[in-house]
Amino acid sequence: MIGVGKIKQYSNILEKPLSKGKQEVSLSAFAFLFSELVQYNQTRVDNIAELERRLEDAGYAVGARVLELLCHRDKGNRRETRLLGILSFVHSTVWKVLFGKVADSLEKGTEHEDEYMISEKDLLVNKYISIPKDMGTFNCGAFVAGIVRGVLDGAGFPAVVTAHFVPMEGLQRLRTTILIKFAEEVLQREARLG
Amino acid sequence: MDTNDSLRVASLWHSMHAISQQLSPTTGCSEIELLEADTFDLHIFQSLTGTKLFVVCKPGTQHMEALLKVVYELYTDYVLNNPFYETKIPIRCELFDINLTQAIQKDRVALLGR
Repeated sequence: MIGVGKIKQYSNILEKPLSKGKQEVSLSAFAFLFSELVQYNQTRVDNIAELERRLEDAGYAVGARVLELLCHRDKGNRRETRLLGILSFVHSTVWKVLFGKVADSLEKGTEHEDEYMISEKDLLVNKYISIPKDMGTFNCGAFVAGIVRGVLDGAGFPAVVTAHFVPMEGLQRLRTTILIKFAEEVLQREARLG
Repeated sequence: MDTNDSLRVASLWHSMHAISQQLSPTTGCSEIELLEADTFDLHIFQSLTGTKLFVVCKPGTQHMEALLKVVYELYTDYVLNNPFYETKIPIRCELFDINLTQAIQKDRVALLGR
């Protein structure tokens, strides 16, 4: 019988099978780390747009890796070729793995054909962050927007992804919306595929 | 009470606290926990790091220590995790204020219900 009572010693770390990993991480530890990330970037930029871009770039790196990992773990090395497929992949699988729940909603933009929105009532990265009034419309969800952009780019769907605060009736807190605007070639390819 | 008054009370209290530690008649006493006056009560909670939280309330109000512990938790969550908060300046975090008022209202409702 294979491997009973013995742990195989791997000589090379690359040969070790990819484990499921620990499912839970301390929320406080993550919040603290993320707050340090924002502060670190804040001291190195001159304006808010630059800060948002840096957070997005940080998220982009995460997104690229998350796509590879999830394709291997959860989807059995299959990849999405259709627009709706990749969107629902981001909306459910990626969100579930990163934040422990599926995103609140996925909507198609009404004004433009190439816009889609994923919204979340209480984004995990923004949970403990209060934006001071003088920072205007800056949203630390730019990090999550970067993750989504990384996933989409890696899957072959280039897009511009941004995070916005949207006022919601009945709730004091603003809802966060990730706006995805696909590039022209994606829509053309989608139209060709029928 | 506006910001300047709060700062004045806090600095006054900090010095009094330090002096009282030296003057205490009982040995092994670490700090003042409660100050009772005619028109108000002052409860203090000191964390392990030396941060002091105090609340001024009407005399005889119960369960202030529990409230102070809750406020301390809110402080660590919403103020210290906020990347835009700099230490030593007055706290201006929206989430902290919202949750603080909610906690106090919950407390007040629970008290009136009893």
